[in-house]
Amino acid sequence: MSGAVKTESVPLRTALGRVRGLGSAKSGVHHWWVQRVTAVALVPLTLWFVCAVIALAGEPLPVVRAWIASPFNAVLLLCLIGATFHHLQLGLQVVIEDYVHSEGARLVSLLVMRAAAVLLGLVAALSVLRIAL
Amino acid sequence: MDTREATYRGHKTDGAPVRRPMSPHLQAYDMMQMSSATSITHRITGCALAVGTLLLVWWLAAAAAGPDAFATAQSFIGSPVGYLLLFGWTAALFYHFLNGIRHLAWDLGYGFEIPTMYKTGWAVVAGTGVLTLLAWIVGLAVQ
Repeated sequence: MSGAVKTESVPLRTALGRVRGLGSAKSGVHHWWVQRVTAVALVPLTLWFVCAVIALAGEPLPVVRAWIASPFNAVLLLCLIGATFHHLQLGLQVVIEDYVHSEGARLVSLLVMRAAAVLLGLVAALSVLRIAL
Repeated sequence: MDTREATYRGHKTDGAPVRRPMSPHLQAYDMMQMSSATSITHRITGCALAVGTLLLVWWLAAAAAGPDAFATAQSFIGSPVGYLLLFGWTAALFYHFLNGIRHLAWDLGYGFEIPTMYKTGWAVVAGTGVLTLLAWIVGLAVQ
């Protein structure tokens, strides 16, 4: 073996990445953790909700409203709505970040998705509160 | 150039520029393996469930709005298309639920051995079928 192999020190961050200031936002662990917290919360909440919906299948509106209006059910429904839309928003964020490559389209998709999640979550929560209060 | 594009730029040991492969290196994987198949199905069912929340929001909003809105929602859910959507939603929910628990077990450090991973994968598939059928049998029986 003769002659030196040309080597250069390669920084872990690319030059362009450094210039644009796009490094770790120190929020990755938080995203990961909250996704797990909401997932754990959704395990009992989902089981409870599926059982409740099966029991309510085909029931007339007054029965459904009375069920929603019970404080126990209303509180659990609000928890379910909060955990579902938070978990959903975190999951879809990762999907969008993985598949939408153009920066502009990615930003727009993330904003639209988050707006939809917040709006739908609020509609669901307000519906429960309107029936319960 | 996108920052993502910048991460593809590499150099061979002789200094020649080379385009690094994208990770995950999809071409190298057999997507029908238990690991990759259950993983992508988790993502697909997650996206489907996100769309399916529209049904939940509609149901709650209709119950709050009054008898007419509720009747409309119920007649849609009771229609063949509604039943089909609801059946798909139930199956997606149970899959995502069971495979999610599998993911939580991995997060705690359990079940990484390949034979265990195959067993739990099949358990998720079988459990999804059983729970979906059970939910529908009970749901249609109590009606």
